[in-house]
Amino acid sequence: MIGLVALVVGLLLGLWLDPTVPGWVAPYLPIAVVAALDAVFGGVRARLDGIFDAKVFVVSFISNVLVAALIVLLGDQLGVGSQLSTAVVVVLGIRIFGNAAAIRRQLFKA
Amino acid sequence: MSTSPGTRRRSTRRRRSRALSAVLITVLCLGLGLGIATQVQRTRSGDALADSRPQDLVVLLDGLQEREAALREDIAESEAALRRLRASGDTSAAALGEARARAGALAVLAGTVPVAGPGVELVVTDPGRQVGPETLLDVLQELRGAGAEAVQVGDVRIGVDAAFTGVPGSIALDGRQLAAPYRIRAIGDPSTLAAALNIPGGVVDTVRRGGGDSELTERDRLEITALRPLTDPQYARPAN
Repeated sequence: MIGLVALVVGLLLGLWLDPTVPGWVAPYLPIAVVAALDAVFGGVRARLDGIFDAKVFVVSFISNVLVAALIVLLGDQLGVGSQLSTAVVVVLGIRIFGNAAAIRRQLFKA
Repeated sequence: MSTSPGTRRRSTRRRRSRALSAVLITVLCLGLGLGIATQVQRTRSGDALADSRPQDLVVLLDGLQEREAALREDIAESEAALRRLRASGDTSAAALGEARARAGALAVLAGTVPVAGPGVELVVTDPGRQVGPETLLDVLQELRGAGAEAVQVGDVRIGVDAAFTGVPGSIALDGRQLAAPYRIRAIGDPSTLAAALNIPGGVVDTVRRGGGDSELTERDRLEITALRPLTDPQYARPAN
């Protein structure tokens, strides 16, 4: 619950402040956002399943973001940056969809 | 009810870790919201090009150059088409103008349009009813010989198939009865027409000999308003 409120506050803050992104972060931000979204959906699902653990959530969130950024960094160094970014987004997208389906089943029993 | 110090310590620690995790979750979710909003605005403002990868930029540049080439080709083709159309428009406009001019000349000849211009007006009086159709025909021939371009007798326009019929005193032109005095209007060079009519032994003399009289006026501007209906030829067809 507190996470949802914080998310909304962060959205509004971002829209209001319109922060500038430093150049070295710019390529990693979209992937990091998608990875974090994956973690959040996983957390919501765990919460609905009654097995939510704050430690697991925090660790998975941070590690997701770091791994995604690392993969993009590695891809850029190897010269397959855009392809690897696409791969990461696809995999995370599939996971988000799976989690969203589980959440939907829990919430609407359908 | 008393609890042992160990249990209390454990519960205190648990409470503290709980608060810590809540703070962490809050911070992370706040960061996520901030990141989403920032990224969305960056994408919308369209300056994503600034931090795109060089490979992507090369691909973009290639695509743009290809498009530019295609568009340039389009422009060249369109310009060629424009030139072509303009040229053909010029020639067809010239042909149209020529056809219009020819149609105008033919309409004047056939008597299907009213005309105006310099010319002469001849009034032939015939108190003795002696002027015959051949006299008026002579007048017309003289006028034509002198270059009259349009002639009107009474209120009948002279065309290529006009004919005087009848007897002296009762002359018909194209079947329409003419009454003296005969008023003849002709458009052409006034002095030439007047000279042709006044020639000794010519039409004016003939009329005077027949007991009539004639009055000739040269005009700078004369209007011939009578029209001839255009008849389709029944037998004659263009041979080529």
